Amino acid sequence: MSEELYKQMAQAIIEGDDEAAAALAQQALDQGIDPLAAINKGFTVGMDTVGELYSTGEYFLPDLILGGEAMKAALAVLEPVLQARGEAREILGTVVLGTVKGDIHEIGKALVGSMLSANGFQVYDLGIDIEAAVFVSKAREHAADIVALSALLTTTMLHQRDVIEHLAEAGLRDKVKVMVGGSPVTQEWADKIGADGFAEDAAGAVVVAKKLMGV
Amino acid sequence: MIRPKLQFLSSETVDRVINEAFELLQNPGVRVHYDEALKLLADAGAEVDRKSRVAKIPRHLAEKAVETAPGSFHLYNYAGEPAVHYGGDDVHYDPGSAAIEIADYEANRSRVPVTGDCENFCRVAEMLPQIDALATSIVCGDVPQGMADWYRLYLLLRYARKPIVTGTFAIESFPIMHQLLVAVAGSAEALAEKPRAVFDVCPSPPLLWSDITCANLIDCARTGVPAELVSMPLMGATGPATVIGSAVQHAAECLSGLTIHQLAKPGSPIVWGGSPASFDMRTGTTPMGAMATMMLDCTYTQIGKAIKPGGLPTHAYLGMADTKIVDTQTGLETASGAILGALAGVNMMSGPGMMDFESCFSLEKLVIDSEIVGMAKRLVAGVDDSEEPLALNVMREVGHAGNFLKSKHTRRHFRQEDYIPTEVIDRDFRQTWFDKGALDINGRAHRRVQELIATWQPFTLDDSVLRELEAIAVHHAKAAGLDRLPERTIK
Repeated sequence: MSEELYKQMAQAIIEGDDEAAAALAQQALDQGIDPLAAINKGFTVGMDTVGELYSTGEYFLPDLILGGEAMKAALAVLEPVLQARGEAREILGTVVLGTVKGDIHEIGKALVGSMLSANGFQVYDLGIDIEAAVFVSKAREHAADIVALSALLTTTMLHQRDVIEHLAEAGLRDKVKVMVGGSPVTQEWADKIGADGFAEDAAGAVVVAKKLMGV
Repeated sequence: MIRPKLQFLSSETVDRVINEAFELLQNPGVRVHYDEALKLLADAGAEVDRKSRVAKIPRHLAEKAVETAPGSFHLYNYAGEPAVHYGGDDVHYDPGSAAIEIADYEANRSRVPVTGDCENFCRVAEMLPQIDALATSIVCGDVPQGMADWYRLYLLLRYARKPIVTGTFAIESFPIMHQLLVAVAGSAEALAEKPRAVFDVCPSPPLLWSDITCANLIDCARTGVPAELVSMPLMGATGPATVIGSAVQHAAECLSGLTIHQLAKPGSPIVWGGSPASFDMRTGTTPMGAMATMMLDCTYTQIGKAIKPGGLPTHAYLGMADTKIVDTQTGLETASGAILGALAGVNMMSGPGMMDFESCFSLEKLVIDSEIVGMAKRLVAGVDDSEEPLALNVMREVGHAGNFLKSKHTRRHFRQEDYIPTEVIDRDFRQTWFDKGALDINGRAHRRVQELIATWQPFTLDDSVLRELEAIAVHHAKAAGLDRLPERTIK
């Protein structure tokens, strides 16, 4: 019987239906199904399918993002219960993500956040126009494995270096990996400022993040 | 004679777009991240929330701005002659702006441009008669980032005769760029009377005016230097996924910009422009060569022309391609945009020369695009039916002998009747084409780039003006951390 429910969970993610996903999560709890099983056998299977459909060109970014949103809706129901039991779902790593100071561009960063979440990372999206010091404090607060810095403008990408310097000053540089991205950012720039990873799009960011986590 | 014209919307739909845009200005309102602009809006009766920095602009306030904004204006060349007319259905083209890469033909790759590239750009763009205005298209990598915006204008003012489409990367740059323009114009009053340049001012979609764009808008208004609104919803990403939906957002962003601008100084010239794009849902890129991008450009142009009697001046980023090299797709996308925009009557189209999502400039593409521009301008000149009779006289004169080459009628008309391209466009017989090196369009364009650079005639400003330009540049370069300006290739 729970097999049927797992299928429906996966389907809710594949269809990007956040309301159905949340309702199914609640249903699982009501029926006494282990939240970890619901995540691993139900919702995550759907997310994997979404990822496959995207990589084969059948799915597009909105499908992927809405799949991620449905996943979030399900986790919002299940995670408090997990926490109460002192359990946690398996994550590949914790990412603190944001667009650097002076830069108000949201989309690229949001895409990276969605893709990382969809692929098993715990993502804390700080938003746009984020001061270097805030990246540092949030990285510490969430014990981040990765700090990911977005910049769309040639003028603001300079602040990616500031964040790296701030991390060093705070003694965190050897504890976190730094990823940079954004339209004007190149591997050359990433090397120059001492970043650990660069990707030119959101799918590439997942590959790099996994590599940085050694998975 | 009929001017061929492209319109996507019925007048009823135009009204619906405008009405919804006015409604957006009141709910949810626009975000304005600049205190002075918020104060202007609040003092004029907008409902301003200082904490969220959201301004709700009443319809009558925006309508007033539309009313006081001029329906047309000119840009002037270095000699103070009107060279570009923003208004009506007149069409002009300028190179795409602000490339951070240049396509290096010899090296067969793109790289960061330097001063010499900007100088070559000036030479080529000046020499192309189809290109009506220059743009600060090349962001030089051999100067500190902090001076890269005004440094482009400095170089152009040294070498260019044509009007200039430009913009800043920082609030502090406007006064420097204004100073440079004033140095050439003679005085701030002379510049306001005969503006040489227009400044692109870009709201951030959706419905956000950042500090820099607000400051630029207000500075432009107060100095009388024309501002060009560059609203850029990305369909399905930072704007509604539909053409019509993004046209509503575009209208709301432009109306809010107009309001701030006209509150700062009523009657200052401002352009209803944009650089919106479709959004590639596979890759997350912003294709300037997509059909929906061009349809949105033409659609918002129609709105701008309808928003007041006689319309507002219009602009669009059209005539660009998303390719990394010059190939068939480059021509497809560039020509589609340049031609559709001409048919829509866009007063200024920024695009020629630009590739790779507005990030890479190619001089070869600029040369090819100028041929496209020549053809687009020919297209909108329409079919001349002014002769009476239309053909009877010449047909009877030539008779059944059939050789119109001998006819004076032919000699009188052929130069105007079709656009005559340069050899960049291949119309050779096959053997001739082989004998000339069997070059593809990129090769032919490169040859023409070299010819134009070689035949460009230096043009000299008055010594006193040159010295002043240089003094301004040297002073502000020092402030940006550069002790000496880069070596120029043109002395």
